Amino acid sequence: MAEFSTSVRESGDISIINLKGFLDAHTAPTLENNFTQLINDNKYKIVVNFSDLAYISSAGLGVFMAYIESIRDNKGDIKLTNMSDRVFNIFDLLGFPLLYEIYKNEDEAIKKFSGS
Amino acid sequence: MSVRNKKRTGQLRVKSKTENLSEIRDFVNIKALEAGIPQVTVENIILAVDEACTNIIKHAYKLSPEGEIIIKIEYDKEKFTVTIIDYGKSFEPDRVPLPDLQKYYREHRVGGLGMYLMKSLMDDVEYISVPGEYNQVLLSKNIRSG
Repeated sequence: MAEFSTSVRESGDISIINLKGFLDAHTAPTLENNFTQLINDNKYKIVVNFSDLAYISSAGLGVFMAYIESIRDNKGDIKLTNMSDRVFNIFDLLGFPLLYEIYKNEDEAIKKFSGS
Repeated sequence: MSVRNKKRTGQLRVKSKTENLSEIRDFVNIKALEAGIPQVTVENIILAVDEACTNIIKHAYKLSPEGEIIIKIEYDKEKFTVTIIDYGKSFEPDRVPLPDLQKYYREHRVGGLGMYLMKSLMDDVEYISVPGEYNQVLLSKNIRSG
């Protein structure tokens, strides 16, 4: 069984989701639940930290596609941080950097939310 | 030179459940490392096979967990080939357009990304479908030594 877990933290009005392990078609529902919960709680400013993510397949990438629009419609965003080169390459291959803001670390992403 | 080009093989048979994806990835990892393929390429092959099997589970078997997936690996010094066979609904790859991400974004669509990744990550992707009998996808990667 692929190991995957998430944890959610708050920094002011920003929610930070940490991803850990292997995000594939089997584990994607875990992350979907996180987004659903945040949206239910009207929390639309979301940073996703990839530092402990070992693997992602298109099923994992699809989770971001599924929620981004309703989050942006509510003046929020999903900003992505701390990706390994490997994971970034997969995002890049699919043209995701055009659709999502990707930052080196959490602080940059949080500043973007508070600054602009 | 028959010794130099000796083919090695391996096979894994699993049920069509997403929880088996990690076993599939581990199997491909072991075989690709045995073949002496560089780590970055090994990871690309693993992802391509994951995408192919995910498509089979979701589309050929429509998430029914009792379907059969057979993963056959064959390699020699020049080429690493993964053949994935299923007995589910046949697939028409020509009907899957290359993804237009902006359009996907607007329409909340995520299908087709896996197919695009497979084609990007492998040197060759071939589908053979015999409706009512079996489907086969061949993923191959040329091995460049050194």
